[in-house]
Formats: sequence, structure tokens, C-alpha cells
Amino acid sequence: MSDAVFALTLALMLLAPMAIAGVALVNTGLGRSRSAAQAMLGNLALIAVAAIVFAFIGASFTGSLGLKEVALHVAGKPWSVLGLGPFLLRGLGGAAPQAQLAVLFEFLAVAMLVLLPWGSGADRWRLAAGCASAAVSAAIVFPLAAHWIWAGGWLAALGVNFSVGAGFLDAGGAATVHVIGGMSALAIVWIAGPRRGKFPKEGLSTAMPGHNAIYVLFGCLLALVGWVAWNLAGAIIWVHAPLSALPGTAINTLLSASGALAATFSVTRFRFGKPDASLCANGWLAGLVASSACAAFASPVGSLFVGGVAGVFTPLLVEVLELALSIDDPTGAITVHGAAGLWGLIAAGFFAPQAGQLLAQLIGIAALLGFFFPLIYFLFALLNRFVPFRVDPDGERMGMDLHEIGGGAYPEFVIHRDESYR
Amino acid sequence: MKYAGLLVMPAGFFLTLAALALFPDTGRRLAFVLCGLAVEILGLVVAVRGHMLPRGGSQP
Repeated sequence: MSDAVFALTLALMLLAPMAIAGVALVNTGLGRSRSAAQAMLGNLALIAVAAIVFAFIGASFTGSLGLKEVALHVAGKPWSVLGLGPFLLRGLGGAAPQAQLAVLFEFLAVAMLVLLPWGSGADRWRLAAGCASAAVSAAIVFPLAAHWIWAGGWLAALGVNFSVGAGFLDAGGAATVHVIGGMSALAIVWIAGPRRGKFPKEGLSTAMPGHNAIYVLFGCLLALVGWVAWNLAGAIIWVHAPLSALPGTAINTLLSASGALAATFSVTRFRFGKPDASLCANGWLAGLVASSACAAFASPVGSLFVGGVAGVFTPLLVEVLELALSIDDPTGAITVHGAAGLWGLIAAGFFAPQAGQLLAQLIGIAALLGFFFPLIYFLFALLNRFVPFRVDPDGERMGMDLHEIGGGAYPEFVIHRDESYR
Repeated sequence: MKYAGLLVMPAGFFLTLAALALFPDTGRRLAFVLCGLAVEILGLVVAVRGHMLPRGGSQP
């Protein structure tokens, strides 16, 4: 890697946290006003816990800094399942520039990953439990996924060892960050249960709209800036894209989000008579998530199509999850990050130039659903025994702000007077 | 029901691994991988049904 490419990638990585800031705003805006401060503090706390745990333990298991790996030998081929690098990031300064950038990318990825379920557990997930789950994700789940997919694990080596395409491709973290995050969100929602009163005995589920559409929509704008940088940096680090391919990747990211927004806008306009702001935000993010997988490979028209499909199914799936399956997901992370990520990974199989790439993508998706989802669920269910996820009924009635941090986000306003005080 | 579906899902994953280890040709690998994914989706459906709340389940 030349010095110029190193400097460019580093500069891109400094913009990538905008995506994390955007998701944090979306998480806060789609929750209720009486839990807003707890939600935003939780965003920061989860990132902090994840970064510390990843630095202490997780980074050594991803194997991006090299040294050793745990590999099984089956059918005459090595299956690398775990990296064994130095703990506490020892040797980072002396590592190759590519490896240093990879570790930086992984830090940002784990920070984004832990935020995704936090929004889904809004208004009832305790801060301490959120931090504990972030620690588990950063120590066990993310390092395994990052090693398998990015750092020379068996999924990355599918092309070399089994002649399946170029191995599982995930340039922007659609699998390691978004699908894993979406599955974590589903596990959290199942374990913590729905918000009080969400699914009454009779009638449809209760609408609990987000408290600040401006946070949500501005978060989407911030996310665009971060996502473009994220996809460009990922293309350089993980698929070694040449500089000449980067403008196309950036345009594809924008087109995917634009196609998704246009599609969601149209679907919600058709279904409800007016476009729905929070669902349009979900559609925009779903387009960005889908672009994480395939912006480096797809054509501009292909990116528009990928985003358009994500934008069509996002509002429909959000509705199905809530109305038909009793899944209370305030930010829609299960759909926006989980389902759109899966769709992007499949689309990458169609658009990547290597023969057999679709098979590689399907194998990766099988690993995500068949290995990582049960692992995440059982780890979180075990964690719930020691650090209960759900706040007690009094706390939920009072609001997470007053209950957990002793003060509200909007102290000059009396909100939900009938429910705030007993 | 809650856990049965989640325990079925790894079976689909192992089918996928078996496809890689046993078959060198793309056609049979693809068929096995699709079967593995079908098993995983079946497990997910069972897990979803196991977690569905009776109406009023979110009341304190």
C-alpha cells in the first residue's frame, strides 16, 4: 500500500464516525421523549465499552495483526476459525499500514454494531444490560465474524481453498456489522419483550411514534457522509479496490440510498395517503446498508435497483414484524440492518465479476443465520440471567431518563403527565 | 418452541459446511447450500412462532 493510499484511507476513516453519529441520532429520535437522554447516553456508553473490550480482548481474536490462528483441517483444507494476535493491541505501531487500517476499521465497525440493537431495545432496555451486551459483542461475536469474513478466516478463503468465487465479499460491513447488528436487535427484542402497552388485548398494536423526526432525518443525512467514507475505506482495505474505482463506489452509495428513499416514499404515500417520515428514514438507511455489501461491485443502475428493492420491502417488513409477528422494534433495526444487509449480500453475488460469487455469498449468509444468530441469542439469554435486560414496570412507567439517570432530556417540558408520576 | 427453532438453525449451517467438504462441483454444492438455507429459515420460522405473544402479553 502506497503512502498516498494509506493517507487517503486514513482520511476516509476519520469521516466514517459520521455514520455512527447518524445512527445514534436515529436511535434517540425514534424513542420516546422520556427516554431520550438515556438513549443518547447509552449510545456513548455502549461505544466506549465496546472499544475498550475490543482493544483488550476482541482485536486479538480477529487476527488482523497476524501472528497465529486456530485452524481445523477438514477434507484436506485448512478452515481458519479464530485469530490469535497479541492482546492489548501490542505490536500495532510496528504492523504493516494495511493491518493498522484494518484494525481501525474494525474499531469503528464494532462501535456501529453495538448501537444497532440499542435502538431496538429503546424505552425498556437497561443501560447496564446494554453495556454488558456490548462487551459480549465486542469480545466474542464481532471478533469471530470479523476473522471469518475479513481477516483471512474460512469464509474469506472460500475462493482460495474451495474455488468458490473470490470468497465471501463484504467490503463495507453489511454482514459483520449490519446483519449481525440486526440479528442482535431481534435477540434483544425477544428477550426483553415489547414495551408496556404495545400489544393490547384487543385491536391493533399501539402506535408509539418517535419523539423527534428532525433528529431522525438529520441522522440520515449525517449517515450518508459517514457511509460514503465507510464504503470507500472498506473497498480499499478489504477488496483492494484501485483508486479509479472509488468515485463509482461513492456514487453507488448515494444512488442506493436515493433509490431506497424514492421507493419507500412511494410505498408509504400509496399505503397511507402521505409519505411517512420515520419509514422514509428507515428506507434511506436500508439503502445505505444494502450499499455496504455491493457498492464496490455494482453498476450505478444496479445500485439504484438494489436500493429500490430495499426501499420497497423495508416499510412492508416493518409493518409485518409489528402487526403480524408481535415484534416491537422502535428503530426498525431488524429490517433496516438485518434484512437489508442480507439483501445487499445476495445482490453482491450477482454484481461481483467473479464466477460462482453468488454461491460464496449464500454460504456466508448460511453462516450468519445458522451459526451467528443462535450464538448471539444464547449468549444474550445467558447474560440476561446475570444482568436483567428489562427495566422494572415502575421504571418503564416513569421513563428511562428519570429512572436510570435521574433527569430528563427536556426538563422544561411536562411530558406524558398521566404516566410520568404515579 | 422458543429454543427448538434456534437449535434447528445450526443444522442448516452444518449442511452448508458438508456441501463444501463433500462436493467439488458447483451444482451439488449449490443444491446443498440452498437446502441448508431452507432448514435455517424453517428454524427461524419456528423460533418466531415460539416468541409470538398472546394478545395483551405486553401489559404489566
